[in-house]
Amino acid sequence: MSTPGLPISELLSLLHSGRLTAVDLTQACLDRIAAQDGRVGAFLSVDPQVSLEQARQIDQRRGRGEPLGLLAGLPVAIKDVICQKGTVTTCASRMLEKFVAPYDAHVIERLRKADAVLLGKTNMDEFAMGSSTENSAYKVTRNPWDLGRTPGGSSGGSAAAVAAQMVPLSLGSDTGGSIRQPAGLCSVVGLKPTYGRVSRYGLIAYASSLDQIGPFAQDVRGAALLLEAIAGHDMRDSTSVPRDVPRYTETLETPLQGLRIGVAREHFAPGLDPEVERSVRESLKVYERLGATLHEISLPHQKYAVAVYYLVAPSEASSNLARYDGVHYGHRAAQFESMVEMYSASRGEGFGAEVKRRIMLGTYALSAGYYDAYYLKALKVRRLIRNDFDAAFQQVDLIATPVNPTPAFKIGELVNDPLAMYLSDIYTISANLAGIPGISVQAGFSSGGLPLGLQLLAAPFEEERLLRAARMLERETEWHLRRAPLVG
Amino acid sequence: MHTTTIIGLEVHVQLQTKTKVFCGCSTAFNPSNPNVQTCPVCLGLPGSLPVLNGEAFRLAVKTAMALNCEISPYTKWDRKQYYYPDLPKGYQISQYDLPFSEDGFVELEPQETPEGTVPGRRVGIIRAHLEEDAGKNTHDETGRGLDSQVDLNRAGTPLVEIVSQPDLRSPAEARQYLEELRLLLTYLEVSDCNMQEGSLRCDANVNLHIHTDDGHKIATPIVEVKNLNSFRNVELALEYEEKRQLEQWQKTGQKIGDVPKETRGFDATRGVTFPQRGKEEASDYRYFPDPDLTPVLVSEAYLDAVRQSLCEFPADRRKRLAAAWQLSGYDVGVIVGQGREFAEYFEEVAQLGQDGKQACNWVTQDVLREMNERGQTIREFPLRGAVLGNLLNRITQKQITIKSAREVFAALLSETHAGQVLSAQHIDQIIAEKGLALVTDTGAIDAAIAEVLAKNPKIVADFQGGKQGAIGPLVGQVMKAVKGADPAAVRNLLAEKIGQL
Repeated sequence: MSTPGLPISELLSLLHSGRLTAVDLTQACLDRIAAQDGRVGAFLSVDPQVSLEQARQIDQRRGRGEPLGLLAGLPVAIKDVICQKGTVTTCASRMLEKFVAPYDAHVIERLRKADAVLLGKTNMDEFAMGSSTENSAYKVTRNPWDLGRTPGGSSGGSAAAVAAQMVPLSLGSDTGGSIRQPAGLCSVVGLKPTYGRVSRYGLIAYASSLDQIGPFAQDVRGAALLLEAIAGHDMRDSTSVPRDVPRYTETLETPLQGLRIGVAREHFAPGLDPEVERSVRESLKVYERLGATLHEISLPHQKYAVAVYYLVAPSEASSNLARYDGVHYGHRAAQFESMVEMYSASRGEGFGAEVKRRIMLGTYALSAGYYDAYYLKALKVRRLIRNDFDAAFQQVDLIATPVNPTPAFKIGELVNDPLAMYLSDIYTISANLAGIPGISVQAGFSSGGLPLGLQLLAAPFEEERLLRAARMLERETEWHLRRAPLVG
Repeated sequence: MHTTTIIGLEVHVQLQTKTKVFCGCSTAFNPSNPNVQTCPVCLGLPGSLPVLNGEAFRLAVKTAMALNCEISPYTKWDRKQYYYPDLPKGYQISQYDLPFSEDGFVELEPQETPEGTVPGRRVGIIRAHLEEDAGKNTHDETGRGLDSQVDLNRAGTPLVEIVSQPDLRSPAEARQYLEELRLLLTYLEVSDCNMQEGSLRCDANVNLHIHTDDGHKIATPIVEVKNLNSFRNVELALEYEEKRQLEQWQKTGQKIGDVPKETRGFDATRGVTFPQRGKEEASDYRYFPDPDLTPVLVSEAYLDAVRQSLCEFPADRRKRLAAAWQLSGYDVGVIVGQGREFAEYFEEVAQLGQDGKQACNWVTQDVLREMNERGQTIREFPLRGAVLGNLLNRITQKQITIKSAREVFAALLSETHAGQVLSAQHIDQIIAEKGLALVTDTGAIDAAIAEVLAKNPKIVADFQGGKQGAIGPLVGQVMKAVKGADPAAVRNLLAEKIGQL
């Protein structure tokens, strides 16, 4: 195991005891990136000087005996959808190829305050639209467990960076599963917080009512620590909820007593890979052994989740992406005759195919004469999906589901079949529509050695319960200690 | 055949908040330093999010209360989507199907015109909603094809859009409505309504109902005249449209519905409207609820608190002043129409002077004339209400004559220098210096009268013979002899003495 791949608790104790400096750890990450990222392609940009300088300052403060923040020198990679002041923030799009963010996102401010070392911007599907990180305008990210396969997406770079032990922690964003899905495919922990738990200020919007920033880590403790650092109210995001943040890391090791886990028959429908189903069932057995009870529940509107998502998300996206018009910033076409041509040429050149597809879908759904039939109806069904969860959480503490219908698919396998690609988010999408938190935790491997994940869902603001439950499974199975078989 | 003009106005008013409606940038009018009052939010940078300015909402609610609107307990924000370089997000945050207020009215006062009295009317308000302003585009007008430029200082300034019912029946009435609206909003201090700086902007919808001699009513196509930048231009543009639409109908016979609604601009130098390519002709705004903002719940307690903060409305003040000081509708119209501070000035003068009509004459004539000549507002006017009221009180108390008071008034003003405020003590000084104190020594007056009567037997005989007007010159002669005598008293004494002859 390389240094950045050590368990978080070990890294923290090495840092606190002075046996490992933040500079050494940052350098180890940079070395690992230099050695591995040519093959994995997790990063879009890395600025070693800036990261090392941050690490140096943290070490100096530690040397002077000053108290340090929660992350105390741990490097964190950032999905390139989050604004970091002075850093090119591209959203993996040609449109923002030269866009230097002039301000820090709320989560970046939090990370600086928590004494994290900001280490590079990671690859993603363009504007977070996709499930394989193949929609990046710059590069394809490969799954560290099998370089012929995708890491999932859209936060594929952040998931692969942790899985390949290039960084101990990273941030992603999750609009329909973009943290949980790649976490499951890369055998790392990924958590999507409750909508409103983490400020979206500085997160470049894809679908505003669904987007949430969340952590990736090798283990549950890492995810708990990073969430603790970034969660909390922010006046600059009207949808951020003023509610205290629990100390997730303090309760993490305390198992949940009398845990009631819901299992929805809708989650074990045709199309689910048998090996995925087997790993979910085995995980449930582990929980039963630990004293949990299983309860069959029903989520009758689950079957509409993908359809609803592909109306709501593109509608919001079509509006959110209207600002990329070549006027004030971003790509502007070199040649045009009129204002309208400037718009159409700039956007035509700046956006990739999937982004254009979703802008057109959303524009159509919001058009006069179609709004009621599509967007408004989707909002109504969205409410029913939330009601299903509310009813279920009257009976159970958690719902366990697969993360992905299949293990990681091959690069190129689904790029020409957008509908099949959309269906890869079938288990994750409804949590975004309902605004509830979800975690993806390691749940074993396929016969071919590909990672499999378990998703746990909870009622709003029950992240603590999710983390403790995930930790129970992790402690029993130790799937999280396996590392991707990369040379070096 | 006769015609009725049907006019509805859409007015955009900038609220006078310190900061913008969804971010903390200044709203100051600053055209010479473009793009300095901006931040990631009003620039529409990636990742930025709007947060509602509570003060903007409060001023909007005050506005709606002044317009007698119903205020909704639940309101939300919608995105109005279109592309234009002055709109950095590609959408404007506005309100679509659930505006925060609806269904109000503005009361118009009766108007005296050369054709007679136009009775007061109520103009319906369909809705008033809150939205953000766009930036400002500046295009090259040299014809050399230079770049267009965008200034986003204004982007995000809070605007209330006030949509009237098509209740206005003449260009003059449209202007009256705008003046009343401006008065109302400046009284409430929700907007400075400065049209030059664009804090009040007006679009007018107009058409004609033609009543033919054979009893038919025909409506002409509705025209929207956009971006009218003064009340005068609103009136002129509408007058032009009245003529143009009638001629157009006589030429083409086109009725409403035969052609799409037309958008026209107004060329103030030529005094004509001209067709504009309307941006909405081809566009669908694709309104939908803004997911970045939460709906606003408006409680009764909140509304009560705002209601408490309201000042007296102009219409109420007119009624109160007319009753309290026995003033005509015209007089209170002038006083209240000059704005809140002017009306307060009047009230102070009337209170101290103890004579409403006297105060009204002075304030609406002498003070207004001096203010205009000096280019001052009532706030800047150096003769404060307390001083003028003190002066007028001396007329009421018969210590000086009106004529003398005018002399004191002029003397006081001639002593003022920039910014200097005069005190009532100056009045005593000036009266003493100029010997203006009213002479109440009847001995002096009696002597003068005796002398004048003796000198003018012919006039005395005329007066005794029934020529009432004959006494005038006698009064003048007595006044000349006794400076500061009260002319009315002199007149009475003269009549009395002649009667005793």
